[in-house]
Amino acid sequence: MNNTLLNVKELQVHFKVYGGILKVLNDVTLTVNEKEKVGLIGESGCGKTTTMKAIIRILPWNAIVPKAKIYFKGKDVMKMNDSELKKLRRSSISMIFQDPTAALNPVFKIRDQIFDVVKYANLEMGKNLSKKEIEEEAIRLLREAALPEPERILDSYPFQLSGGMRQRVCIAMALASARELLIADEPGTSLDVTIEDQILRLLKQIVEERRTSIILISHALGAVKGFVDRVYVMYAGCIVESARTFDLFHEPLHPYTKGLLAAVPKLTGGGIPEGIKGRVPDYMNPPLGCRFITRCVHAMPICERKQPRMVNAGNNHEVACFLYGE
Amino acid sequence: MRLATYLAKRIGYTIFVLLGLSILIFTLARVLPGDPARMALSPRAPEWAIEKLREQLRLNEPLPVQYLYWLRDVFSGSLGESLVTRRDVLTDITEFLPATLELLLFALIFDVAIAIPVGMLAGRKANTWVDNLVRGFAYIGVTIPAFVFAIIFLLVFGYILHIAPVVGRLSPGVVPPPRITGLFTIDSLITGNFSTFVDALSHLILPSLALALGPIAQEARITRASVVENLNKDYILASVSHGLPERLIVLKYLMKPSLIPTVSIMGLDIASLIGWAFLVESIFNWPGMSRYGIIAMLRKDLNAIVGVVMVTGLVFAIANILVDIIVSLLDPRIRMVERAK
Amino acid sequence: MLEKLKELGVLSPRKAEDYKKAWYKFSRNPLSIAGLAIVILVVALAILAPYVTPYPHHAGFFVDYDNANQPPSLAHPFGTDQFGRDVLTRIIFGFRYSLMMAATVLAIVTPPGVILGLIAGYYRDRWPDIVIMRVADIFVAVPPLVLALAICSVLEPNIFNAMMAVSLMWWPWYTRLVYGMASSLRMEPFVQAAEIVGASKFHIMFKEILPNCLGAILTKVTLDAAWVIILGSALSFVGLGAQPPTPDLGTMLSDGAKYMPGIWWITVFPAIAIAVIVLGFNLLGDGIRDVFAAEAH
Repeated sequence: MNNTLLNVKELQVHFKVYGGILKVLNDVTLTVNEKEKVGLIGESGCGKTTTMKAIIRILPWNAIVPKAKIYFKGKDVMKMNDSELKKLRRSSISMIFQDPTAALNPVFKIRDQIFDVVKYANLEMGKNLSKKEIEEEAIRLLREAALPEPERILDSYPFQLSGGMRQRVCIAMALASARELLIADEPGTSLDVTIEDQILRLLKQIVEERRTSIILISHALGAVKGFVDRVYVMYAGCIVESARTFDLFHEPLHPYTKGLLAAVPKLTGGGIPEGIKGRVPDYMNPPLGCRFITRCVHAMPICERKQPRMVNAGNNHEVACFLYGE
Repeated sequence: MRLATYLAKRIGYTIFVLLGLSILIFTLARVLPGDPARMALSPRAPEWAIEKLREQLRLNEPLPVQYLYWLRDVFSGSLGESLVTRRDVLTDITEFLPATLELLLFALIFDVAIAIPVGMLAGRKANTWVDNLVRGFAYIGVTIPAFVFAIIFLLVFGYILHIAPVVGRLSPGVVPPPRITGLFTIDSLITGNFSTFVDALSHLILPSLALALGPIAQEARITRASVVENLNKDYILASVSHGLPERLIVLKYLMKPSLIPTVSIMGLDIASLIGWAFLVESIFNWPGMSRYGIIAMLRKDLNAIVGVVMVTGLVFAIANILVDIIVSLLDPRIRMVERAK
Repeated sequence: MLEKLKELGVLSPRKAEDYKKAWYKFSRNPLSIAGLAIVILVVALAILAPYVTPYPHHAGFFVDYDNANQPPSLAHPFGTDQFGRDVLTRIIFGFRYSLMMAATVLAIVTPPGVILGLIAGYYRDRWPDIVIMRVADIFVAVPPLVLALAICSVLEPNIFNAMMAVSLMWWPWYTRLVYGMASSLRMEPFVQAAEIVGASKFHIMFKEILPNCLGAILTKVTLDAAWVIILGSALSFVGLGAQPPTPDLGTMLSDGAKYMPGIWWITVFPAIAIAVIVLGFNLLGDGIRDVFAAEAH
């Protein structure tokens, strides 16, 4: 068994909005081990990105965190002071954002942006690089992200690059400061399918070479299938199932996961995918019990009253559903 | 090189617009009811005197001919004789313009120096008491016209508190510095006359602040809004997530994109500065071109009116071109797209 | 055909306006309500001026040197001016002139400004656009206040001419506003659809494009009311607009300025009055803008 790298327990995040409070994350619990590739899947708006932003503490100003235990290598992230947090962000964890166009500052050349990241990442490790060394390191990172002509990229503004190139630049910047954990938030969703595929292959190759852990967020099951070791399924701010990738795809337990798998069009099977009926519940007044109740075909009286907890269904396959006992 | 082409086009269009403006103002000044010559002289002036003036102003010629004469004079460096000072209007304007430019310059310095930090602060502390305070003051600043501020300043700071002088450019008895740029503060610094500099500066404070308050409020609001918007942008979150120092994020990655809308509306604010200078100069007895213009307007001094309007249009056009250049320096997208055109 | 397309919702997206919803949205913002209240109050005071003011005969030419320059008191809450006239009375009558000026100028200026903008926007990049917008550029080549001052200066100084002068230079702002909206609305599917089924140019400009600009125009009219009032008072402050003894707020300001700082009330109260009326129209305009902005999303 590997050592635990990241351990998130009972994370709750709410948002203050006009007219009330959105109770988005409801006791999210997940772990990532060293060198492990973990997938987090769920529909858009289910709180995947919010979970990740909470981990590196970049939630927006209107977020409230009533309850959170986030341990990175045994240290409580929520209790970190400024310099510990900077150290974490500069040298341990990095996040690749969903939309590379939004994640790069539009009015600075790539040179400015990647140089600062490289500079402070190395400063944290006690290396005060000269301008030339920074440039060499930046070029090395851009190469690692499979960007041709890194010198030309450095002198470009983001709007002069294609979407795929921008995402690679973001990856290069993330690599500068992610020695231990890379968080990839739907990398490539905003790009076209072939580019998305290239980006995922690249990421897989990089994390395997570098032996870092990765959390790959996706709303598409296919994307994570050939990539990650373990998968968490998220629904409306709750983790509903977690299993090794193979187990999850072959024997999904939670009704939501089953629906999700059924919704994936298969090249071999005929017919239109069924999809899941109903809509994600209102975060302002979420159901008291299981949040999936509004769409679940197996809903039982107990689901209305109680929130299901994660239970082990054997073989490290966990599920939060009353169908599998309490 | 391409920036030069863009600038050349821009300047060409400005010349077209200024020519149009000259036709407009020239026509208005002569077509509108009333005999300019009679209005210029006293109502009881004898008929022969009016006729003589009419001849002198070429009012008996057809309008297009009058305009062409005027245009010819402009190109030979004359804006016609002022009926009030009996000198060439261009001579008058050259004498009075530096005072106006100095006032506008200081108003702009106040504007930028106050609006941007305040707007950034309010934006970063969005929805706190600091922000609410700034927004409240900014609303008042936007709604109260500059000449009302000028009167209030005159009363409160000038007469009651005696914080700063409220009349003219220098205290009585202070000798103006030798004319180099015509801007007293700069000329006195160049010639090393520090006490004159302080005196000139103290005279500038109230009028330029009265002028600047509206633009300050306006730009603080715009800066705040764009800071709030940009703070939630992924690229700022990305900078935070890379662990960059806060100062670097705020002063570099947040500030530059946030200033684009602020600078873009500066053209409008400069319009308001130039416009209100006409009243503020009169209130503070500031011997600039705008006050000269007001006197000319009250005395129906046609050549002076046309001249002042044209020079105002020129100053405004130059300011707008400068604003465009700064915006394009801040925003590479505009720069590259404009060049590609 | 057109009617049918309309039923299908292909044409103008916003036809049957839900006034109730708009009012609900508007009324939720206390600042907008405050703006509306100020505007209503000022309008009511202006209309009822002869009945609500303590000394209506002080509005025009009136001299009572025995009571000149009285500081604020119960009898004269805002004091009296250099001729012994009640400042409060004159301010309330001043509202009349300010509002009359705003109403007249905007009524004169808005229709032609909007129509020119529609035409220029409809014929984007063709000669009507080029001619109209170039001329508009010339009118805005100099700050509005300067142009207004210059036009006023060649006319007889009175309030009527001041209105004409401001009207003459104000239309391009409406033209530019509507031009921007019309030239982009022109490309919207509902306009294109109307064009394909053969709607006339008139129909497209006035029935398809114009209704979608009304929100922005209404907002601008409200905010401009404040602007015109400021301009009007600025003109009379300089002496190029309303002339004494007309109780215009700008005239009162410039008269009073001579008596500063000792007899401050002649100046300060009209200044506050201008600020209040301008604030009212601004709050109201911002409220209206918010309603239409929310609708556009």
